[in-house]
Amino acid sequence: MEKQSLARRIFARPEAGPAILLLLEIVVFTSINPAFLSVLNVSNTLAFTVELGLIALSMTLLMTAGEFDLSVGSLFGLSPVLMWALFNSGATSLPVAFLLSLLVAALIGLANGWFVTALKIPSFLVTLGMLLVARGTALYITDGFPQRTWKADGEWIASVLVGDFTFGPLRLYMSLFWFVAFAVILHYVLTGTRVGNWIQAAGGNAGAAAARGVNVARTKIGLFMLSATLSAFAGAISSIRTSAANPNSGTGYELEVIAMVVIGGTSLLGGRGTIIGTVMGIFILRLMRNGIVMIGVPGLAYNIFIGAIILGMMSLHSWLERRSNSGGR
Amino acid sequence: MAEELIRMVNITKYYGRVRALHEVNLTVNRGEVVGLLGDNGAGKSTLIKVLSGAVPSSTGEIYVRGKKIEMKSTSDAIANGIETIYQDSALVTQLSIARNLFLGREPIRGPRFLNRLDLPMMERVASELLKQVGISKNIPPSTPIGALSGGERQAVAIARAMHFDSDLIILDEPTNNLGVAETQGVLKFVRAARDTGHSCVFIAHNIHHVFQVVDRIAVMRLGTVVADNIDPRTTTVEEVERIITGMDHE
Repeated sequence: MEKQSLARRIFARPEAGPAILLLLEIVVFTSINPAFLSVLNVSNTLAFTVELGLIALSMTLLMTAGEFDLSVGSLFGLSPVLMWALFNSGATSLPVAFLLSLLVAALIGLANGWFVTALKIPSFLVTLGMLLVARGTALYITDGFPQRTWKADGEWIASVLVGDFTFGPLRLYMSLFWFVAFAVILHYVLTGTRVGNWIQAAGGNAGAAAARGVNVARTKIGLFMLSATLSAFAGAISSIRTSAANPNSGTGYELEVIAMVVIGGTSLLGGRGTIIGTVMGIFILRLMRNGIVMIGVPGLAYNIFIGAIILGMMSLHSWLERRSNSGGR
Repeated sequence: MAEELIRMVNITKYYGRVRALHEVNLTVNRGEVVGLLGDNGAGKSTLIKVLSGAVPSSTGEIYVRGKKIEMKSTSDAIANGIETIYQDSALVTQLSIARNLFLGREPIRGPRFLNRLDLPMMERVASELLKQVGISKNIPPSTPIGALSGGERQAVAIARAMHFDSDLIILDEPTNNLGVAETQGVLKFVRAARDTGHSCVFIAHNIHHVFQVVDRIAVMRLGTVVADNIDPRTTTVEEVERIITGMDHE
């Protein structure tokens, strides 16, 4: 009886479904092509996965608070363009340019939050507008051409952000460290702090939260700023790693990131979120992209699998939630 | 002589050009349960919103324990010991009982900058409170509100008001959509609140529910209080109904 209730509790958790799917993916892809778990493939997958993952982490908190940010992909493109434009023109050093690009992103997040909370415009529309403003700005200041980034060699900030190191046979980038650090911090914030309680309450019942004295507007504005800043941070990391700052980079990331978050078990309607689930959602999508190519399925079929996963996981989460609520305690 | 807790003086409220309240005067004494009755559109909800800080009055004054208060927000009301329990309980269904009880006033432990919730303390207090309001079933405090029945949700909201020592608990239609047993449970919680020294304003469409639990009845009609000292022990339901509908003047 005890074991039964323990199993039921485990399967009632939003992370249970993604965990099973992730395990299944690894087993299936490895059994078809053992190179899937090779050192080289794991290193490469981790390098790119975590950059998109950083955005997904902050998006988890924002969606838990009941809001979206569609401008993350554009900020991923705009911030490095801004950073390299400042640096290459000789206006500032690279670290200062990096900090200024984060500051600009934070201000864009502040603007998003202000439109949503003060003017009561749905975040979907506000951030859709900001998506176009940010992307348009990146294209305008670069004339549509990528910025040169080759001067990053020897800059200490480049080593801090994307320097690589070996861990046993694996070649890892510092971006993995940043991803793990942010995942731990944001998991703690969401589950173990007062602010985390306010975030969940803001998304679950904003009126009730406000009636209890929670400053819902300030909480949401803070999350919009975090989302924008982490998108800029991820963009800077990506540009240094690939030695390119393309004003078009990050196009379409917003939807992929939202898919990662909801697959992980965060509610699309707000009120419930999980960083652990998002980490699994991130790897589910990235491993799927990598795995279907490795087993010989045409890469163009990727979206079919992603769509199917989203539908399947949404059904599972919905069923688990109804069962958890109706099944008493 | 009863000790005065809340006094509302000449409260008027306009929504644009529509006058929702007109020079309302109402007093609530300490340890007293006041039933606020009125037909739809009589102004009950608006009056409660003004008292709970949800909307500002256009003119008029509110005194708490004899001191004039500027009620600009719900935080002002809570700070002055006024807790409102709305029809939907103002709870967050996704959060646990313990997290709901302390929402907005969460205790922290360890260094302040870590902002760490004192969850063990929150759950311990929540368990004790659930027993106090008479929930006999063994419900863990980590249970999400979404898994509770309507009556249990009201009990959690009342327990919250009692724990934070609110002097006045306003219950806005707390028995709406509840079954017979759950309604009796809510009425029991109201009595428990009164017995521990809390005052209550009880709003309900069902006059029979009001009669079971209040010490005094006030009736609103067309945005003003038309009677505020009706004794439920010496007045019949029919007489109150006539006052509500205005038929007492015919």
